[in-house]
Amino acid sequence: MAKSALLKSSLAKKYWMAFTGLFLCLFLVGHLFGNLQLLIPVSEGARDQFNEYALFMTTNPAVKLLSYVTYLSILFHAIDGIILTINNRKARPQKYVSFKPSTNTMWSSRNMGILGTVILAFIVIHMTMFWAEMKFGGLDETVYTTANGEEVKDLYTLTIKTFQDAQYGLLWAVAYAVAMLAIGFHLSHGFGSGFQSLGVNHPKYNGFIKKFGLAFAVLVPLAFAVIPFYIHFVLEKI
Amino acid sequence: MNLTLKIWRQKNADVKGKVVTYQVSDISEDMSFLEMMDVLNEQLINKGDEPVAFDHDCREGICGSCNLQINGEPHGPDRGVTTCQLHMRRFKDDDTIVIEPFRAKAFPVIKDLVVDRSAFDRIQQAGGYISVNTSGNTQDANSIPVEKENADMSFYAATCIGCGACVAACKNASAMLFTSAKVSQYALLPQGEVEADRRVLQMVEQMDKEGFGNCTNTGACEIECPKGISLENIARMNREYLKASVK
Amino acid sequence: MGIFESNAPKGPLAEKWTNHKNEINLVNPANKRNIDVIVVGTGLAGGSAAATLAELGYNVKTFCYQDSPRRAHSIAAQGGINAAKNYQGDGDSIYRLFYDTIKGGDYRSRESNVYRLAEVSGNIIDQCVAQGVPFAREYGGLLDNRSFGGVLVSRTFYAKGQTGQQLLLGAYSAMNRQINRGKIQSFNRHEMLDIVKVDGKARGIIARDLVTGKLERHSAHAVVIASGGYGNVFYLSTNAMGSNVTAGWKIHKKGAYFANPCFTQIHPTCIPVSGDHQSKLTLMSESLRNDGRIWVPKKKEDAEAIRAGKKKPTELSEEERDYYLERRYPAFGNLVPRDVASRAAKERCDAGFGVNKTGEAVYLDFKAAIERYGKEAATTQKIDNPSDAKINELGKEVVEAKYGNLFQMYEKIVDENPYETPMMIYPAVHYTMGGVWVDYNLQTTIPGCYAIGEANFSDHGANRLGASALMQGLADGYFVLPYTIGDYLSNDIRTGAISTESSEFEAAEAEVRERLEKLVNTKGTKSVDHFHKILGKIMWNKVGMARNATGLKEAIKEIQELREEFWKDVRVPGSTNEMNAELEKAGRVADFLELGELFAKDALHREESCGGHFREEYQTEEGEALRDDENFMYVAAWEYTGNPADAILHKEDLDYENIQVKTRSYK
Repeated sequence: MAKSALLKSSLAKKYWMAFTGLFLCLFLVGHLFGNLQLLIPVSEGARDQFNEYALFMTTNPAVKLLSYVTYLSILFHAIDGIILTINNRKARPQKYVSFKPSTNTMWSSRNMGILGTVILAFIVIHMTMFWAEMKFGGLDETVYTTANGEEVKDLYTLTIKTFQDAQYGLLWAVAYAVAMLAIGFHLSHGFGSGFQSLGVNHPKYNGFIKKFGLAFAVLVPLAFAVIPFYIHFVLEKI
Repeated sequence: MNLTLKIWRQKNADVKGKVVTYQVSDISEDMSFLEMMDVLNEQLINKGDEPVAFDHDCREGICGSCNLQINGEPHGPDRGVTTCQLHMRRFKDDDTIVIEPFRAKAFPVIKDLVVDRSAFDRIQQAGGYISVNTSGNTQDANSIPVEKENADMSFYAATCIGCGACVAACKNASAMLFTSAKVSQYALLPQGEVEADRRVLQMVEQMDKEGFGNCTNTGACEIECPKGISLENIARMNREYLKASVK
Repeated sequence: MGIFESNAPKGPLAEKWTNHKNEINLVNPANKRNIDVIVVGTGLAGGSAAATLAELGYNVKTFCYQDSPRRAHSIAAQGGINAAKNYQGDGDSIYRLFYDTIKGGDYRSRESNVYRLAEVSGNIIDQCVAQGVPFAREYGGLLDNRSFGGVLVSRTFYAKGQTGQQLLLGAYSAMNRQINRGKIQSFNRHEMLDIVKVDGKARGIIARDLVTGKLERHSAHAVVIASGGYGNVFYLSTNAMGSNVTAGWKIHKKGAYFANPCFTQIHPTCIPVSGDHQSKLTLMSESLRNDGRIWVPKKKEDAEAIRAGKKKPTELSEEERDYYLERRYPAFGNLVPRDVASRAAKERCDAGFGVNKTGEAVYLDFKAAIERYGKEAATTQKIDNPSDAKINELGKEVVEAKYGNLFQMYEKIVDENPYETPMMIYPAVHYTMGGVWVDYNLQTTIPGCYAIGEANFSDHGANRLGASALMQGLADGYFVLPYTIGDYLSNDIRTGAISTESSEFEAAEAEVRERLEKLVNTKGTKSVDHFHKILGKIMWNKVGMARNATGLKEAIKEIQELREEFWKDVRVPGSTNEMNAELEKAGRVADFLELGELFAKDALHREESCGGHFREEYQTEEGEALRDDENFMYVAAWEYTGNPADAILHKEDLDYENIQVKTRSYK
């Protein structure tokens, strides 16, 4: 019983949601540190550093493994979320004539499904724009030669150019900001919720988890969102 | 005061229901909400209509019978009260009040505002007890000291009246607060720890079978609970369940 | 008269129960599987009995009108449960609990039963703790106690102001365990509408499924009635809206004697009536009298000014207040038994000192307690020279920890903050000591039909002490009935399953059906509540806290007339074959209309004052109750003969072998 319980029960779904969600929070932090390198003033060095980093991230076996876990997490988190949403709708087939959840819940907590969908859409676009380009796409114009002479695609230039594009650059930056807003709201409920789902709730630490979660939900997406604008407005054009 | 009431009427479980509008007048603000409903019913009976069916019994906020969804919230706009403890002084002259049954797949409507909450009974039957016989030879009540803090927390969890407001308030119609309160009451006591694993696994299994939704930690249940049962209980159940399932 | 014997075992008091258990017949476990028992009512008595009977191996069917056994009105009991544990080391003992209960009951209860109650009281606490009932504890981890009215020791175990709830949920959990094992079948939203007798023995019931309206036949080898008290005959009481006498009354009409119906407890601390719309009254636990002081203004002008809203109670100085309980009963003060406290409140209000709009309320004041606790807390927290505000704050915290939920309840209803201004309270009908007559085995005069808990008459005499109802309910259910019923059932091991197709079942069902049809088809002009309210007024005014012969005779006549009118003019909408709350109410009120008359008749015949029964003709010069042990030291058990007016009186003499009968004094 115990084994099947961990796969099928309603609580198990919560655990998976929480595990994957909190893992993805960690991923966000990692990703952010990578992105922050884009803030370095344009130079050969900056380009080299970012591209070496990108190469490391795509070829190192440990990182590779981690990336597969990340993909799986995203997939699992999304599928689990969809299943939960469907089940939860089924649990109240006859809707209320008058229902005022705004009196007792936060907006974000009630709209995790919608927020999640926006984020998922963003991830797909984001992946096609950079990751797929990097792996399979053209990226012909610039090639980066690594320290040991290998030729790889120049992700740095691609990124900077995307956001500095005179026609669409700003639009992309805004689109990214919107997605980050969705992530922010998603996190504002999800971060604390993850801990609650895993049973971490203690009057002594609740305050900290809540504040930390809120800070995380504001700062991380904000930092992500700032970068494209910085590239567009501040960074030297390439 | 005079009020317009929009009340869900449904002859029985098999037919569709609808909202019917009624007017009541001369409602005193000292009346409880259910006494206002009495006035309406007396009025309906005198007119030869069928009175509105609703569950109620102790009318002092402890039996958990009364369960009206009032203006979109279980037990109405006040916090920490049951419907019978809600008083009309909370409303104004000429207000319109929407009154519905608690809605969930696991709480099918029986008639008008009366719903079937036997799912709660079945969850408790699945394991909400300590397996000791009434032998008369149990050890002395003071033989196992219980830390006051745990005893108090166990008591607070045990004050759940099983009204179903948590399910009604939850956007997912989840019964986690109810189930976790019972799991917590026993898990916090040395007497209940012995079969804690079995209990939590069985109760959750039954809860899922009944067709309640999943918990997404929105916290509506805690806020609407007339007895202020804490979300901490849900976290405790999550812990207990995790512990029990990996064993 | 063979069936009308108390069957109390012989021998020394302290050994009676043990000897009795040793001597009665048992049913072996294999045979128990072939025996069915019906339990009507799932409160403390019914729930605990059902669970224990099922544990023993019997097949149990439980019935309750609520949607779940957990909602029985035992749940509303607040203050606590007595047990002679002597954990406080203040000199408590089984004998003392026994003595207090007999004395508290004004020497109108059966010695042997009460001693047994005191004897098993300790076990109840053990059992409940083992079941996971979260009683209040001290920091050392051991159980805490408080004291209640009418006693000089601290023997009351409690779970804040929700003791009844916690104990009931304990019994309910024990039931759930047996339901899960398949040993209890629980029929919720079902109401017993008659008992079925075959060859003179109780063999089943007719019940109505309150959801579908269908009548059902259920057979069993024994029927246990645990349906609670009949306080709702007064319309306004602290009972639940659905609490009723129907089960008890139906068996009375089929041969069970009804004992001491006039012994009714009027609880002194209830929230006063606020208007005609009122549907029920709310009790404020007696435990509040541990710390609250009861008073009215000394001067009538002050009372009048307060009633007119010109003065506030907090404006009156200590000298202007009359702490009348402390004045009249210095030894027990605010903790006199309930009947005494209620009458004293009525006396003050009748004399014109009442403090709310209707003049029917007295104050229950926590100012002194807040101050005392505040000072104590300041000392333990090592606060030197605390300010008054600090003391007040600390004191409120302590009071809140003790009675928080009660204070909150009061504020919700009255819309006044009891931490700031004294509570207003007034007596209200709360508990009925009278009930179905039972012998030592808790068997009624119908063989195979038992009555337990508040539904029977057995343990509280003419007045029940606080925190004793929970004790009696659980004692009957967990520890007494499961043994004694075996004595009867041992003769039934060869009976086999009882058919519900017999002519007796058919006749009983037809009778029930006819009555329901009659209620629905009367199609009169007045609602059920209309009649219930009038009945309540008659009972409260003429058969209430103070009674006299003239009033009682009037009441009997008025009730008879009202009953007649009811059957001619009641309007019950809807039909019998659906969920129909009005029909349920109508059936219950019809029974109250008969019981009410017997109640008044009993009160009229008992020409003495004792406990909750106060006849104005029989009082001392100081206005205290005047008992007549010479002529009335008996249980009045009434036999039904077709009409309450013609009920035949049987007397069970009460012999006090171990206690010297004295005038009750709490001075």
